[in-house]
Amino acid sequence: MFTDDAGKGGISAGGPGNSAGSNRRTGGDLVQLITPGGERVSHPEFDPWVQDVSDEQLGALYEDMVVIRRIDAEATALQRQGELALWPPLLGQEASQIGSARALRDDDFVFPSYRDNGVAYCRGVNPEDIVKAWRGNALAGWDPYTVNIATQQIIIGAQTLHATGYAMGIQNDGADSVAVAYFGDGATSEGDVNEALVFAASFQSPVVFFCQNNHWAISEPVRLQSHIQIADRAAGFGIPSMRVDGNDVLAVMAATRIAIDRARHGGGPTFIESVTYRMGPHTTADDPTRYRDANELEDWAAKDPISRLKSLLDRKGLLTEELETAVAAKADAVAKALRAGTINMPEPQPMDIFKHVYSTPHSPLDRQQDHYSRYLASFGDPAEAASEEGAR
Amino acid sequence: MTKMTFARAINSGLRKSLENDPKVILMGEDIGALGGVFRVTDGLQKDFGKHRVVDTPLAESGIMGTAVGLAYRGYRPVVEIQFDGFIYPAFDQIVSQVAKMHYRTQGAVKMPITIRVPFGGGIGSPEHHSESPEAYFTHTSGLRVVSVSNPQDAFTMIQQAIASDDPVLYFEPKRRYHDKGEVDETLDLSAALSMEKARVVTEGTDVTLVAYGPLVKTAKDAALAAADEGVSIEVIDLRSLAPLDFATLEDSVRKTGRLVITHEASQTGGIGAEVAASITERCFYHLEAAPVRVTGFDVPYPYSKLEMHHLPGLDRILDGVDRALGRPNSLSGLEG
Repeated sequence: MFTDDAGKGGISAGGPGNSAGSNRRTGGDLVQLITPGGERVSHPEFDPWVQDVSDEQLGALYEDMVVIRRIDAEATALQRQGELALWPPLLGQEASQIGSARALRDDDFVFPSYRDNGVAYCRGVNPEDIVKAWRGNALAGWDPYTVNIATQQIIIGAQTLHATGYAMGIQNDGADSVAVAYFGDGATSEGDVNEALVFAASFQSPVVFFCQNNHWAISEPVRLQSHIQIADRAAGFGIPSMRVDGNDVLAVMAATRIAIDRARHGGGPTFIESVTYRMGPHTTADDPTRYRDANELEDWAAKDPISRLKSLLDRKGLLTEELETAVAAKADAVAKALRAGTINMPEPQPMDIFKHVYSTPHSPLDRQQDHYSRYLASFGDPAEAASEEGAR
Repeated sequence: MTKMTFARAINSGLRKSLENDPKVILMGEDIGALGGVFRVTDGLQKDFGKHRVVDTPLAESGIMGTAVGLAYRGYRPVVEIQFDGFIYPAFDQIVSQVAKMHYRTQGAVKMPITIRVPFGGGIGSPEHHSESPEAYFTHTSGLRVVSVSNPQDAFTMIQQAIASDDPVLYFEPKRRYHDKGEVDETLDLSAALSMEKARVVTEGTDVTLVAYGPLVKTAKDAALAAADEGVSIEVIDLRSLAPLDFATLEDSVRKTGRLVITHEASQTGGIGAEVAASITERCFYHLEAAPVRVTGFDVPYPYSKLEMHHLPGLDRILDGVDRALGRPNSLSGLEG
């Protein structure tokens, strides 16, 4: 149960298996397990958390990252070709999203922002459902309860409170799952994020705050959002934090596992700052050349998350032709299916506009629906009427 | 039947909901040990525990946003906003999340959240403690908005609001909290009048007078006073502000041919505007005169020594009734 004295009773704090207990650190140095050149470097505190990652699993992480980069590129292309109205690229943030999402259990519950489409992919959301909202065919593309990830949140930071409330529910249920909030550096300026941190700390709720610091909130640099390192803010709320290289899939996975383990065993919330870079525009409607230096992009390209893991695989002799072929084939197949699924997506019907506003009948709205239905019918062919209406 | 105050009736309804559904959780500032600043939740934390009657940090958006997360998890949060004027920090979560979630997710995620708001003036409070913000919410699709006017409805409708799978704003007239009335605590919810129905509280034939919340009592008093002068006023308690029960309103206006609407909230874009416009559309040929609104002025809520000028009282309402009837009134000679 969540109460303001949860730390004293309720869920046991630091029970058996809570090896994260010693790790209540704050911010500090950037944790890195793979150098930009692909060298595996040891870190006494984080190594144990990824010790079990097998060669095969390393290959699977590589595949995930290549596939979501491909989904991202395909979606951008679909937007350029007029098949999507807009798309928010995640290019450069693959390690942050895959490393964290693959640290979760199926019954954990994710509250993502609109850019966390790699996370959605890991949760099992069909890529064509990911782009559905960006095509304008729905406000959201999936049923959250079938994949344990909420629909994408567009109001900046609002979902951090939802994750915290969900985590309070987990506490009341006596369950051991965890809620995870994904948000960006810009969101840390929002009141909601700060309130979420207060609630999570006061109730010691099982929630992980996963902040991808991608350095840019549209055109505003991270230094405009925070005068100190973002991870260091957590200490003010009494929440332990970590600052990890967000382009290092293993460091991200280790940090997320530490945080998840702590939350699962009654240790309360954790804040992770995953330091990465938005290599693309904010959305396909944005033009980053107006506000940022090309050199900066070059610097970050040298720290690319996928080439980094690829180099590690190469060093370990795991980058076989077989792996590369299989990964490329998977990416091709996913992209092809996404393209076909997008182009052939069924069009919404005009009267769908009235559906699900309320869960039970609402007479004034029913009247509006009835009147619009009559209006459309007055044209004879409803489909034709709808297209004419839209053209005006 | 038990005689009890308005506040106690809500408390009793909340208790029933807590007893009947383990998923009901009360959240708010000072609602635990203190029992709320108006004592509406008195004793509930003691009886149901800190995990069901939750004192939250002092952050309205935080309360509302975590309520969304709890609803996501299958709970039925009942949120107390301490005073009407404190709801605005939660406005974004209410309008952008609570109201839209069911629509956004095509029905997959329900938001059975009840938002209790003590509202209205007349208690001599400082700024931000006497507002009537209901129209912001009636304008927002996805929300249901009700206001209660008597202890029995307060008892029944809080339970109906909590049982609703849609989010409900539940406006409590704080200046009536200490009014007493008979409450049947054994009333079966399914037998009770639907939360969405208006009620004719005084029958009449000359004018339809529409009110809700704190002004229902004033309207009834006005009807009594008018009867002395031979004017028969039909008073309707809207109860539901969104959706409006137009069927009940239409029946009355078709009979009386005259419509007066009163509320404490400012006039422009208010409930009165919606009632007047919709009834004019629906009953134009039955109207004998233009609808009349008797409301708070379009001013920020004034300081308390002047609030009785702002709040529609019995005499100002009767002046509006005279206007609807074409009798001599304060604006005689100005019309047209």
